[in-house]
Amino acid sequence: MDKEAKRAMHDLGGASKFMCEPVDIEPHGLTEFDREVDALRGVLGAKGVMTVDELRRAIESIPEADYLRLSYYRKWIRSITANLLTRGVITEAELRAELEKA
Amino acid sequence: MFAPGERVRVKDQWPEQHGPVHIRTPYYVRGVEGEVVRHLGDFANPEDLAFARPAAKLPLYHVRFRKDRIWPEKQPDDELLIEIFGHWLEKP
Repeated sequence: MDKEAKRAMHDLGGASKFMCEPVDIEPHGLTEFDREVDALRGVLGAKGVMTVDELRRAIESIPEADYLRLSYYRKWIRSITANLLTRGVITEAELRAELEKA
Repeated sequence: MFAPGERVRVKDQWPEQHGPVHIRTPYYVRGVEGEVVRHLGDFANPEDLAFARPAAKLPLYHVRFRKDRIWPEKQPDDELLIEIFGHWLEKP
């Protein structure tokens, strides 16, 4: 089995399936959503609730189809949510209730 | 500990095939030989931090690779410099 067949989904460096795709190098600003997610990660890190390594680990657990589709900060919020649920900081019922309000 | 200039090989190990892990050693350098450039310091092992486990501080190195040992490129002088933790390195 060659190395590429053994790589984890998120370990993309030099993966041949992306070699012929143009890279988007246009500058793009942060949205309000992006800033909010970034701030949330900062607070959770400063309060010792979640490390950046836990953030990365849960990003790597996102199923491949979603991983390739979601934006940078949408991956972050998926990971933050998974971490908070695992730690019991929030419950699934609380999350559902808040999402229905939105 | 590895010294600057020492030849090393990245371990040809694939823990991601055996369950949930968090690994910062890219797949494409596994099993590849390179050269230690410098010891960057000792840092808590991210493989443990990622699971909120107690994490020992481990030596982190800059390791230089010839790029044509990794990818079939026609630029023999190109190099790749990567930060790799000592527990991923062995003597070739």
